[in-house]
Amino acid sequence: MVATSPNDAFVAFEHVQKSYDGVSLVVKDLNLSIGKGEFLTMLGPSGSGKTTCLMMLAGFETATHGRIMLDGTNINEVPPHKRGIGMVFQNYALFPHMTVGENLSFPLEVRGMGKSEREAKVKRALDMVQMYSFINRRPAQLSGGQQQRIALARALVFDPSLVLMDEPLGALDKQLREHMQFEIKHLHESLGITVVYVTHDQGEALTMSDRVAVFNDGRIQQLATPSDLYERPDNSFVAQFIGENNKLPGVIESIGDGKCTVRLETGEVIDATPVNVSEKGAKTLVSIRPERVEYKPEAMPANAHTIDAEVMEFIYMGDMFRTRLRVAGSDEFVIKSRNTLGQRMLAAGEKIKIGWAPQDARALDPM
Amino acid sequence: MVDLTAAPEILRTADGRPLKSALALAQRKAKWRAFFLVLPLLAFVVLTFIVPILKMLERSVNHDGFSSNAPTMVAWFNDHPAGADIPEDAYAALVTDLKQMQKDRTAGAAGTRINYTVPGTISVFKSAAREAEKLQPPYKDALIASNKMWGDPLVWVAMRNASSAYTSDFYMVSADLKRDANNSLVRVEDNQRIYVYLFLKTFVLSIVITVACLLLAFPIAHLLAVLPMAKSNLLMILVLLPFWTSLLVRTSSWIAILQEQGIINDLMVWIGAFSEDGRIRMIYNQTGTIIVMTHILLPFMVLPLYSVMRVIPPSYARAARSLGATSWTTFRRIYLPQTLPGIAAGSLLVFILAVGYYITPALVGGADGQLISNLISFHMNKANWSMAAALAAILLAAVLLLYWLYDRLIGIDRLKLG
Repeated sequence: MVATSPNDAFVAFEHVQKSYDGVSLVVKDLNLSIGKGEFLTMLGPSGSGKTTCLMMLAGFETATHGRIMLDGTNINEVPPHKRGIGMVFQNYALFPHMTVGENLSFPLEVRGMGKSEREAKVKRALDMVQMYSFINRRPAQLSGGQQQRIALARALVFDPSLVLMDEPLGALDKQLREHMQFEIKHLHESLGITVVYVTHDQGEALTMSDRVAVFNDGRIQQLATPSDLYERPDNSFVAQFIGENNKLPGVIESIGDGKCTVRLETGEVIDATPVNVSEKGAKTLVSIRPERVEYKPEAMPANAHTIDAEVMEFIYMGDMFRTRLRVAGSDEFVIKSRNTLGQRMLAAGEKIKIGWAPQDARALDPM
Repeated sequence: MVDLTAAPEILRTADGRPLKSALALAQRKAKWRAFFLVLPLLAFVVLTFIVPILKMLERSVNHDGFSSNAPTMVAWFNDHPAGADIPEDAYAALVTDLKQMQKDRTAGAAGTRINYTVPGTISVFKSAAREAEKLQPPYKDALIASNKMWGDPLVWVAMRNASSAYTSDFYMVSADLKRDANNSLVRVEDNQRIYVYLFLKTFVLSIVITVACLLLAFPIAHLLAVLPMAKSNLLMILVLLPFWTSLLVRTSSWIAILQEQGIINDLMVWIGAFSEDGRIRMIYNQTGTIIVMTHILLPFMVLPLYSVMRVIPPSYARAARSLGATSWTTFRRIYLPQTLPGIAAGSLLVFILAVGYYITPALVGGADGQLISNLISFHMNKANWSMAAALAAILLAAVLLLYWLYDRLIGIDRLKLG
């Protein structure tokens, strides 16, 4: 399912560059292969080039340099209406002067399909999103979530093998968004289509994708499965962009055998795993997830270096406790612990020792 | 069990007053304040717009030139139903009134009223009034001897109809109709039919101008809507520039461009498209009226179109393209239908303005480029107030009809004028 080389990829970006003004590059030398049936998410902050990539794939923007391949053919010169790619837009883009049924029928009509065949396909697509009873409504008479389903059905009704989604859930409230995430995921699985999904919501990216491409500054910073992305970020940008993250700046004290120790600016020594640092004395930024920090001595890994911390704030969140600590001169160190039976609650001002397994602390580039 | 037949309990405030009256009291001050704020404008509109229009409508059905100056005739017509023969006592009544008219110098006013439906009667009235004192009975023969028009049944039909100040005669004339001797409506002779033709021409020319404005404005408005703000502002200034230029300046520059020795003809002769004798005339005729009015009314089409197009998100066109539509299908099926409120508003505005336009046809229309408003102005200059009012009222009714049609077809709440 996951394409490894451009040759067997369903969609491939080859050395793609894009500039709008001839002065700066929005997309810098993009290489990306997407396998048939894959759910790939382009994730990144606004202005990172992810939407531009999607628009180039859809045909609304032309690549300044490089090739975009779809199913083995170069589509650089193919106009958007001949690409046969389904697309779901951020604001749905349902035609306001047409009913739901006419909206869905539109792509079939322009393909010259007969009336009975059109009706069958429209019914099938609407049934797929449980919206058949709304066939005669106008988009303005539907709620945001219902419009979203119709937009989805319209992008799928002409059986495209590739569907692009440009932040399709951005306008929905949290609960509906989570529900739709699963619905889109299930549609993807049952139809076997390839989906390229653009979002700036990392939770959405992790929940839905087979692989996630993290964009920043016109480049892919990391292309990996959601678990790899969260647990093994390649660089500081990815570590900070995905999930909550504690940062400890320091210098490599010793390195070797897949482990290292880092001396922090305040003098403490901690354990870490070197990722993109290689030599002793190099500057680094150690990244630790809040839920991987341990403060109960009995749960601490053997031989772990510990470090002094003072509790600044303890927040009871129901299923979780969130504790803000002063560690190595900074007040921003956060740990999360589950509200299990007998879990120890900390109090502000308490002095504790914290530690972690070396593989959970990743020594990354100092940014 | 709830008793549904019982009257619903009236909601009351804490001190026991009904909630509705308490609310009205609380809002009364705000309502009065709002009313006083609009009062000056309301008074202005009533005084300068509604009252004159009502006055005009009244004049179109009211003319007392004959009825107030010929009381004896009015009494006689009231006592005697219409018949073929006019007896001697009717002529006697007429002579009584003519004598009075001569004293009051009102024969002209009475003659003018009859002249609307039977042309040429003013002078007949005036001369008869002058001679009235000298006439001897039998008056019928004496009057017919002085002018045989007094024996014309049409004159008597006209006088009977004019014996009431309220009349539909002016509308009848506006529709190119007249009364025959039996008081039934017939069309006037071919060479006298001017009003219906001019109404039709006004509507046809207004449609042509509206269509021309639409065809020219649509691409401009689209460009304005899709260009970046800085560029579209500059273009918008160019569109609005005609608004800031005097109408006379614009019209005279068109004369310079379009006349037979004008810029376009010179250019065409110079490149050899026309021969020196083949210069075409594009001003002081219908062509001139169409060209200049299209130019003047163009902004009224651009602005509503622009305001509608500006808010159509580009994602609709993109969605259509991604769904497989060619750019032409996208325009026809997706973009054009969404601009309809703008097209309708712009067309309505331009058409209504064109139908009532006066100054441009007067300046560049020549003989065949005149519109109905020029005829209204002609009647006003001749102090034919009732005739002008009737023509204006027909124009007003046509515009209101159009407005009503628009409301039925598109909905006035969807009107976007910029």
